[in-house]
Amino acid sequence: MVENLKYSNKYNFAFIDESTKKEIRRKLLKAVAIPGHQVPYSSPEMPISRGWGTGGLHITLAVIGRHDVFKIIDQGSDASVNACNLREFVNFMTGCETTFDTAKATLVQTRHRITEEELNENQIIVFQVPLPEPLRMVERYENKTLQMHAEADYSKMWVSLYESYVRYGAIMQGAGYPVMVNGRYIMSPSPIPRWDTPNLNQAKTLFLFGAGREKRLYAVPPYTDVEPLEFEDVNFEIEDFADSSCYKTGVKKAFLDELYADDGSRKYVISDSNFLDKKAEKQETHQYTNKYIDQLEEYDLERG
Amino acid sequence: MGYVAVKGGTEAIHNASELAEFYRVRGNTTPIDIAQVRSQMRLAIDKVMGEGGIYAPEYAAIALKQAEGDVFEAAFILRAFRTTLQRNYYSDIINTREMFVRRKISSSFREIPGGQILGPTRDYTQRTLDTAKATEQTADINSFLEEFDAKIDMEKLQGVNTFGKVIDLLKNEGLLKPADTSEDRTLTDITREAIKFPAPRSARLQMMARAETGGLMALGYSSQRGFGSVHPTVGELRYGTIPVKVKDASGRKRYIGKIEVTECEMITGSRPGKKNTPPYFSIGYGLCFGHNETKVICMSTLDSAMRRPELGAPANDQEFVLYHTEGVEAMGFTNHLKLPHYVTFQSALSNTRASIQRNKQANLEAEAYKQIQSV
Amino acid sequence: MTWREDNWLLRVRNLTKIYGDPGENTLALTGPEFNSNQCPETDSIVACANINFDLYPGEVLGIVGESGSGKSTVVKMLYFDLEKTGGAAWLKPYHDGSINILNESNQRKRYIRNNLMGMVYQNPRDGLNFGFSSGGNIAEKLIMAGNMHVGNIRGRAYELLEKTEVPVQRMDDRPGTFSGGMQQRVQISKAIANNPPLLFLDEVTTGLDVSVQAKVLDLIRELQNILGIAMIVVSHDLSVIRMLTDRTIVMKNGRIVESGLTDQILQDPQHEYSQLLVSSLL
Repeated sequence: MVENLKYSNKYNFAFIDESTKKEIRRKLLKAVAIPGHQVPYSSPEMPISRGWGTGGLHITLAVIGRHDVFKIIDQGSDASVNACNLREFVNFMTGCETTFDTAKATLVQTRHRITEEELNENQIIVFQVPLPEPLRMVERYENKTLQMHAEADYSKMWVSLYESYVRYGAIMQGAGYPVMVNGRYIMSPSPIPRWDTPNLNQAKTLFLFGAGREKRLYAVPPYTDVEPLEFEDVNFEIEDFADSSCYKTGVKKAFLDELYADDGSRKYVISDSNFLDKKAEKQETHQYTNKYIDQLEEYDLERG
Repeated sequence: MGYVAVKGGTEAIHNASELAEFYRVRGNTTPIDIAQVRSQMRLAIDKVMGEGGIYAPEYAAIALKQAEGDVFEAAFILRAFRTTLQRNYYSDIINTREMFVRRKISSSFREIPGGQILGPTRDYTQRTLDTAKATEQTADINSFLEEFDAKIDMEKLQGVNTFGKVIDLLKNEGLLKPADTSEDRTLTDITREAIKFPAPRSARLQMMARAETGGLMALGYSSQRGFGSVHPTVGELRYGTIPVKVKDASGRKRYIGKIEVTECEMITGSRPGKKNTPPYFSIGYGLCFGHNETKVICMSTLDSAMRRPELGAPANDQEFVLYHTEGVEAMGFTNHLKLPHYVTFQSALSNTRASIQRNKQANLEAEAYKQIQSV
Repeated sequence: MTWREDNWLLRVRNLTKIYGDPGENTLALTGPEFNSNQCPETDSIVACANINFDLYPGEVLGIVGESGSGKSTVVKMLYFDLEKTGGAAWLKPYHDGSINILNESNQRKRYIRNNLMGMVYQNPRDGLNFGFSSGGNIAEKLIMAGNMHVGNIRGRAYELLEKTEVPVQRMDDRPGTFSGGMQQRVQISKAIANNPPLLFLDEVTTGLDVSVQAKVLDLIRELQNILGIAMIVVSHDLSVIRMLTDRTIVMKNGRIVESGLTDQILQDPQHEYSQLLVSSLL
């Protein structure tokens, strides 16, 4: 019986062809060399929908090696359905080991959160980015924002933050708070909560950002200054979970998700699923620390 | 909790996928033959190829079957498939004057060289629902084909089927705008690099060639209705096959096959030239895979519209037209709203609650102040 | 105001703007003698040509002419809204007047515009961003100059709006809700926010009611007295020129036809076009 080879598909390791991988890697190197600067790239189509993680996937597949241990989370959770789909895809295309343990992973892909546990020099984290352009909210045209970045003309951005303060009494940017990277480029850290933003500053890890649909890559290398935009007297603040704590573990010092039961009652739980597991099982964790969290702790002690 | 939760997530998506497959086959009807899709759903295939950006009718048929007829989804599947393919050659420039014409019309002139050839079109039929199609048999098709065969004039079949172009008439009379040397003639490949704005014409035409028909249609329609109108008239609309040639390793030209394309050359508004230069017509160009007239009509209208940014409507705005008619990206991003956004939302909740708190506090203080004042 | 040769604030030489492709005779075939800006050979348009003048610190210079005279073009080029065709300009506070500001990079031009110049346009929509509050518009200039303290920014905005007699409780309102006269005042506040040595006023009262005009002109004159800013006032209206300026340049068809002390020109105009203008002054 002659085998019908007509439809036999052989996929390259990590799905993407080698010359495209080369292009992505070169562009990533450029991004690392110019922290916070958006580098355009070819962004080939993937079997995953645009807007559902193709950019993060491009970076992961260009960078991953056979011995990498891969973790992927969405909103902090390994269990999230889209993360499961992408995990299956990466595993199928590379044969790499996958894990939920933040400490064990060598490569982490994430949608809209940084892990609660601190990542080290031997780990890389890849962000899925929906809208890479932080100036889009004040300027809708791409060719104008390109010029604004090139000339470091960020006045419109600052005025919009001023206006926000004037109208609401605070800078109302929620997730995806704009930051100044290496004192030169304003960057969108992807829609991570403000809780996570300070952990980008002078971190040990390499942060890579992929916006597939918009076709841009950018990066924050280790030990880079990343400062949330603030005025001298109107400062950046992280979310304050005040009197809430995780109903499963009692932990207060973590980003919490709000849950509603059928009867409408409300409780909170730690958002990072692996961190939650470890805390629930009383395992050792190595959480990020930063001055904002420290301030909260002091404030908490005061409140009693 | 961790192990159970992850199993839950993966299990959920596998179940969902299986359920979708169940919906596709639950009718327990005869599996659709790919050959049937290919031959009887010609126009759906052409649309899928056009938006998938790859000329592969058989794969388009498979994609359509896989997607249960969802053209967006099928085009997406083809695009993703295209990424896995090796790029072996670049073809020679296609010359549509070499087109083996099946249909050729012009709205600008009553009579044109070679005549107005209606070709295969339903434009002049009445769109009444043909219930006879519900009981069509193989025998019916066979007898139709036999009768049709008998009507073919074998002598005429040997005749020439390539024709000169209507715009050549205009060009020879000097009515067409001469090629502008200032226009950006860089040849980009939009599948290999991200486009920057303002985009060169090669990039604009490429993007529109694989844009989503409905998106192009909406914007082309808006232009016609007066939102940045360029007053278009169809110079020539053609549908047919054209030969594709490549240069092999030794440099010899090789014919590798033919593809079907639809082409439209749209004559747009006469503009007064500067003093001492006569007025001229401009041509908007549209071309796509397969038979899709709506697409090329709108593509050519928008090609002209985008060259008049000063008119200020969405159809004249390059960034607006090109970004938002890109079907795969548009479908993906609009649908991505279904993904969980609860962390982002939590952040917004936190902000708003704090703002309300501040407001309440400010009102309390104002009240207290008033109280003190009134004493 | 001293008259020492090198005490100038702004020096402009051979400033020229031509639209289209000029030929070698274009300049020779256009101008007030021909009563035309358009070159008969090439159809190019000479908006202005060979404009020369000096401006001294604290001095108010008027540029008067009808539409088509090129007066607005001159000021637009100096404020970098338009690209020059030819010529040079030097600003004393910028590198001691040693660099032609018209050739500087976009970043440097932005620095000059923000810190050393102010501009008030005829149409408030050109000078203000209607998407921001009036305070926000002023804040933009202060932030660009390096002020990153919201309290200070608001304090300064408050001060400026008070100076220009805009009700300060409307600081957080958008200019779209203001009357024309008030919009102009907000523009003026914004223009002087960083205490620039030089202010351009391009037909700022044209289009306002006569009574409102008078108030705005009074305000400008008062500000000039208090702050000692040098100004270039562009107007087709000689009464505005008479009220505000020390010296005047008269332009026709893109050329300067007469210049001198405002009083002298008004009393004893030399060029026939200046005579025409003065005679029609009510």
